[in-house]
Amino acid sequence: MAATPRDAVIIGGNRIPFARAHGAYANASNQDMLTSALKGLVARFGLQGEQLGAVAAGAVLKHSKNFNLVRESALGTPLDPRTPAYDVQMACATGTEAIGSLANKIKLGQVDSAIGGGVDSISDAPIVVSDALRAILMEATRAKSTGQRLRALAKIRPGHLAPRAPGTGEPRTGLSMGEHMAITADKWGITRQEQDELAVASHRNLAAAYQDGFFDDLISPFNGLSADNNMRADSSLEKLTKLSPVFGKDLGANATMTAANSTPLTDGASAVLLGSEEWADAHDLPKLANFVDYEHSAVDFVDGAEGLLMAPTYAAARMLQRNGLTFEDFEYFEIHEAFASTVLAQMKAWESEDFCRTTLGLDRPLGSIDRSRLNVNGSSLAAGHPFAATGGRIVATLAKLLHGKPGKLGFISVCAAGGQGITAIIEGR
Amino acid sequence: MAQDTYTEFATTGVGKKLTKALGLPQPAKLRRYRPGAPLIHGPVVLIGSTEASDALARHLLSWGLDVRRHVGPKEQVAAVVAMFDAVSTPADLSETVLAVGGLLKQLKSCARVVTVFRDPAQSQLPAERAARKGVEGLTRSLAHEMRAGGTANGVMLDAGVDVAAPSAAGALRFLLSGRSAFVSGQFITVGSDHGMLPTDWEAPLQGQTAVVTGAARGIGAAIARTLHRDGAQVILVDVPAAGEQLAEVTNEVGGTALQLDITRDDAGERILQHAQQYYGRLDIVVHNAGITRDKLLANMDAARWDSVIAVNIESQLRMNRALLDSELFSRPEGRVGPRIVSLASTSGIAGNRGQSNYAASKAGVIGMVAASSAELQARHGTINAVAPGFIETEMTAKMPFATREVARRLNSLSQGGRPEDVAETVAYLASPAAAGTSGMTLRVCGQNLVGA
Repeated sequence: MAATPRDAVIIGGNRIPFARAHGAYANASNQDMLTSALKGLVARFGLQGEQLGAVAAGAVLKHSKNFNLVRESALGTPLDPRTPAYDVQMACATGTEAIGSLANKIKLGQVDSAIGGGVDSISDAPIVVSDALRAILMEATRAKSTGQRLRALAKIRPGHLAPRAPGTGEPRTGLSMGEHMAITADKWGITRQEQDELAVASHRNLAAAYQDGFFDDLISPFNGLSADNNMRADSSLEKLTKLSPVFGKDLGANATMTAANSTPLTDGASAVLLGSEEWADAHDLPKLANFVDYEHSAVDFVDGAEGLLMAPTYAAARMLQRNGLTFEDFEYFEIHEAFASTVLAQMKAWESEDFCRTTLGLDRPLGSIDRSRLNVNGSSLAAGHPFAATGGRIVATLAKLLHGKPGKLGFISVCAAGGQGITAIIEGR
Repeated sequence: MAQDTYTEFATTGVGKKLTKALGLPQPAKLRRYRPGAPLIHGPVVLIGSTEASDALARHLLSWGLDVRRHVGPKEQVAAVVAMFDAVSTPADLSETVLAVGGLLKQLKSCARVVTVFRDPAQSQLPAERAARKGVEGLTRSLAHEMRAGGTANGVMLDAGVDVAAPSAAGALRFLLSGRSAFVSGQFITVGSDHGMLPTDWEAPLQGQTAVVTGAARGIGAAIARTLHRDGAQVILVDVPAAGEQLAEVTNEVGGTALQLDITRDDAGERILQHAQQYYGRLDIVVHNAGITRDKLLANMDAARWDSVIAVNIESQLRMNRALLDSELFSRPEGRVGPRIVSLASTSGIAGNRGQSNYAASKAGVIGMVAASSAELQARHGTINAVAPGFIETEMTAKMPFATREVARRLNSLSQGGRPEDVAETVAYLASPAAAGTSGMTLRVCGQNLVGA
């Protein structure tokens, strides 16, 4: 692997349980949730009064009033108020990007300690007025006289008043993420059965991890919720088979994507503590794993040249090549389950001789991923997916899985809106 | 916590007159410990002319107290220390007892009477044992007679223990101070010369690491705060489901939070691992976590019975084994050894209708503590239990009004205790000045009539 000046150590993480939208956290704001996740992290690691190098996090959906969401959240914790904090935003890659960029700062010696993470709320989504009404209101604001102001306001028509909620549709295609994924799933011949199996495995793996106490030091409760409430420990193939498809309905009999093998809209927040080796030692903190490397990619999905959520396949190829690694070198794989078919399509692409040689420009396929190493403690289908909070969930989970396995590697893949993707490598210690 | 409106009223001017005229209970505002405040306000009268009392007087003087052998007839007195350590027959009690009695009308509010005597059980001479046992009886009776927030307690010494031994002085200081506000009619046994008096009485736990289970709320949170105030670094443990509150308390006391179900087989190991990682030491363990699942025995099911036994006592037995088998906790290393304080309950002493499971578990704690003492003492450590009586907590706030009102008045101080009162006693038992006290159960109940 590429040598770096010094290691960026993952010390641990904390997240609040993820809640299905408009449920347990219906009245909580992004700031409430991120603050709670940060407070839990501070308590777990005894960081009260500590001045950290940086706190970086973000939210995909946020109010304009939350222009300084992360700084405001950090100020609500017992961290030293002199800890700088800033917002990051890269759709569903937000959390991983925040953590990855902080790891780079640590490697370069720019900071010694940092918290990275993310938060998202569908329940507290910013609902905005229509562009037409907004134009009128801005005109009224600019008006120099009462007469001008009244004339501007007189232009308001009832139709202008309909509020607009943010959607998960792609602005350039008008298609929802699910519709995009349905096209990709069909192209790669992903079956309904394998998607449902992946969904069942996600629920069962997550439930088993809870049962083992795996999350005892990764999650702290919020608003009366102490475990992800989307999780169905009794999920079974029989139950999932009964559901009707919700995406790609125009594919007719080939429609495979249901509510169960797609992630639900979710509220939640996560945070991960990073530090240099020296900083961790000086503060008597555990060192779970190293954040080794990460990579972005973007694809041309607008013209249909590539699937919207396939970008991580490209990032993975470049990242592994740079580090001289293949899939055989990895102990665990965390592939974000935006949809079950996303994971399956990415894996098929990495197995494909043609795709890997022709499209990714590799000598040979990256290879197949052993299912027993994939999302072993569950992933987004079961836990839910509060967009920006997913990265923190995955990094902390994988770091804990690799702790006590020095040198063993973990792979992360997260797809994001806008045809982007992010992948990362974590090394146990 | 439920508001104690009666006590608030009874401590006003009108309230005092009215409750006195009607012969109603007269709860006083108790004097509680505050860092920086004097140990006790006013003269401390030392009665009993044994040689040993001179040594004890030197301790009191070193604490800056106004120590007297005699006071004028009009002078107000803050505390009386009565030495009965040399009595050999009941007739020997008379002189000292009557001298104490003569001072009772001069006592200030929240005054203290402390008797010092030797353990009756260790004498095989009928007259001597009768005399010593007599001190217990008179001390308990005096506790009932004390007024205006005053308490009476005893320090009971083992045969070989010097009257001025560190832990005897430590016990006396605790009983004189506001730390023992809700302790009355009780005896602190001093079984060895172990222990040392702190150089800084406001930070007796300086440099030590303590773990408190059930620390997210109520008495556990108060214990964490008190240990932190006394200088300890605190590891706060509670079940994962209580994590949000646990984080709040942890951040308040600058500790570390450990979300852990203490009934797990490896709970002790996890605590040790955490202590090793973050502090490199573990000095004090407070087993506070407990649950109630009340039901008359006729209606008791296995789930209710078993869960209470599992959480309240089996978990402690298992954790203690792991702790005592570890290098980290059991190695004395020239300092005072490991200290364990367990939460028992007056229900475990007197029993309580609908609480056969809870009482069994809490009586179990009392038994465990007594049986584990030798092992701890061998390492210069201690293990003790604290049995709270009626304490104003979220749990007791849920009691029906009338039941709660009666429960509050059923003790010599005519009021409920506060979580801090329990915490102060825990902190005292965990301190180096109590290293000679082990295997006992100390009640924090205001001399509750139940199970006295």
